[in-house]
Amino acid sequence: MDSAAAALLGMGLAAAGFAGAGVGIGYIFGKMIEAVARQPEAEARVGKYMWIGFALVEAIALYGLVIAFIIMGLRK
Amino acid sequence: MPTGRRSGGRRHNVVQLRKYERAMEESPLHPFELHNWVPISLGGLDISINKAVVIMWVVVSLVAVLMVMAGSARKLVPGKLQSLAEIMVDFIRGIIMDTMGKDGMRFFPLIATLFLFILFCNLIGLIPGSYTVTSQIVVTAVFACLVYGLSLVLGFFLHGIKFLGILVPPGTPGWLLPLMVPIELISQLARPISLAVRLFANMTAGHVILGVLFGLSISGGLLIGWLPFAFTVAMNGLEVGIAFIQAYIFTVLTCVYLGDAFHLHGHDEHAH
Repeated sequence: MDSAAAALLGMGLAAAGFAGAGVGIGYIFGKMIEAVARQPEAEARVGKYMWIGFALVEAIALYGLVIAFIIMGLRK
Repeated sequence: MPTGRRSGGRRHNVVQLRKYERAMEESPLHPFELHNWVPISLGGLDISINKAVVIMWVVVSLVAVLMVMAGSARKLVPGKLQSLAEIMVDFIRGIIMDTMGKDGMRFFPLIATLFLFILFCNLIGLIPGSYTVTSQIVVTAVFACLVYGLSLVLGFFLHGIKFLGILVPPGTPGWLLPLMVPIELISQLARPISLAVRLFANMTAGHVILGVLFGLSISGGLLIGWLPFAFTVAMNGLEVGIAFIQAYIFTVLTCVYLGDAFHLHGHDEHAH
């Protein structure tokens, strides 16, 4: 296989890691809604941890993006 | 004549847009490239002045002027600026009290400086034509190494050689030690890397997404191009939120790492 084509495939595979982050973000917001529906007065406290969790999960997806950029840099 | 000049201006704009489109196709990272404005070399060390440096000066002076102005004319009933400063100080104090406890307030100046600098860097980068300093991994890596190095120095200073106990989670049975110590060692070493990459990747990715969407709306033309353009408006709103959250996360994790060095295995040891 052409090495440039392999690099493009690798970048695409790195982007596939976003699926996991999608699951994670869905899980976080779903659980948040569940928690607030059970105990509406806890919204402020739970919300704080939700945003921290959201940012951490999103960062995991972006590690994949960084790997894609590294492969893009190696391509030349 | 005026009509001719106007159409000439439009043609110039189109040429500029096509140039941008082509550059985006070649590499989506080209908006992050830095070009030296004033090349300065100090003994082989490149300390040239470029856009990022100038923006950093702007951020530092902006934060300093804002906080000094807010604090210079203090009143019992605060005005707008004083309220803003009070909310920020209260917010940072809340983070420190939640994660480190009362003796963490010694680090208030450091934590507040980090938070305000990162927050203003993130926010100023959202202004078109400006530059996001935190999208350079050099900047975030320096912050992360500083924070992690400080937590190591603090831990060994406070606990001596017993600080190596941070590699053993409390309540680990002896036969698990050969497994747990390497895992904990790796998780410790990953801390500065993840701290640096998280901020850098978030800031870079947001701007790349905006750039790609603008590229799409240019190449889409008027018929379909308004769709990605409308999406960029929503993305900008999300980016403002991300700028806040990432500054907050960086600060919280800084406090957590410093708190680990302070208390070594949670608050129970600290209580006596």
